[in-house]
Amino acid sequence: MLRKKNTAPVVLAVSSGGGHWTQMQRLAPAFSGADVHFATTDASASEQVGAHNFYVYPDANKSTPIRLMLCVLSLVWIVLRVRPDVIVSTGAAGGFLAIRIGRLIGARTMFIDSIANARRLSVSAHLALNVADHVLSQWPGVAAKTGAEYRGAVI
Amino acid sequence: MIFATVGTQLPFDRLLTNLDSWAARNPNMHVFAQCGLSTAKVPHIKTTPTLSQSAFRHHFASASLIVAHAGMGTILTAAELGKPVILMPRRAALNEHRNDHQSDTAREMAKLSNVMIAEDEAALHAALNTAMSQRLCTQSPKHETHPAQLEGLIDVVRDFVWAVPSKEAPVQFHKGAVST
Repeated sequence: MLRKKNTAPVVLAVSSGGGHWTQMQRLAPAFSGADVHFATTDASASEQVGAHNFYVYPDANKSTPIRLMLCVLSLVWIVLRVRPDVIVSTGAAGGFLAIRIGRLIGARTMFIDSIANARRLSVSAHLALNVADHVLSQWPGVAAKTGAEYRGAVI
Repeated sequence: MIFATVGTQLPFDRLLTNLDSWAARNPNMHVFAQCGLSTAKVPHIKTTPTLSQSAFRHHFASASLIVAHAGMGTILTAAELGKPVILMPRRAALNEHRNDHQSDTAREMAKLSNVMIAEDEAALHAALNTAMSQRLCTQSPKHETHPAQLEGLIDVVRDFVWAVPSKEAPVQFHKGAVST
C-alpha cells in the first residue's frame, strides 16, 4: 500500500457521532491537502463535510453484539472501498474496528482517545494499543500510566 | 432560552425530570431539550428525541444557557460558542452509562470558567438559579481553549498523514504496552 511519490495520501477519518465527531472536526485542518474520506455514525454530519467522500456505519458497542457485527461488515466495506494509506480515529468502537481492518491492508493507523477519558483509557483505546501505530491520550497523566502517547489535546 | 441535551446513545431521565421540576417553578423561562431515548414525562419542557448536526448547533447558538450530560460534544461546542453550561454527569450505578467516565470529565472540565457541575436535583436547581441571577444569559463568558495544545495535536496528525513509510522498515512497531 505504499503510495506513489507526489500523490496525496488517502486518509480515512473514522469517528462515532457526538463528541467523537466534534473532536474529529477540530482536527480536520490536519487533513488539508490529503484525499480525506470521513466515516461516522450520524448521517446528518454530512452537512458539515459535504456528501462527497462521506460514509455512514452503524453505531455499536460491546453490549450490542448484533449491531457490532453490522458495524464490522460496514467498516470492512468502507475500508476496502477507500483503500486508505492512513486511518485516523477519535473513537470509539468503530474507530478501533476500522484500524484493525485497516492493518490487514497495510494502512498506517492512529487512534486518538476522546478527551472525555480524563482518568483512564477507553476500552477501544486499550484494544488499539496492540494494533495501531500510535495511540494518543489527550491527558498526560493517562498517557503516562498506559503506554499511550500525549501529544496535545483538542481543548 | 435554555437548551438541554443528553446525547443520543442512552436515556437520561434524571436530568430531564430535575430540569422539568425547575421549569415548573420558572414558567417564564423557555426550556427546549434534545432528550434522545429518555422516556420521562416532562410537561414543562419542549422536547425532541434527536436533532441533526446543523439543528443542534442552531439551538445551541441561540440558547442563553446549556444544561447537559457531561458529554464532550456539548463541552467542546460550549467552549467554541462561549456558552455557559451546567453539566450533570451520568452515573453507572443508576444505569445512566456503562461507566463513570462522565464524572472524570466533569471534574476536569469544571476548571473552565463557563462550566458548572450539578450532581443532583438540588445542585442543578441551585446552578440554574445562579446562572439566571448572574445574567449569564446575556453575556458570553470568555472563550477558553488552549490553542497551543490543539495546534500541537493537529501538527502531530498532519505529520503522521504525510509521513512516507520507508521500504526498509515497514511501519510495524508493536508497543507491547500492557496497561494496569
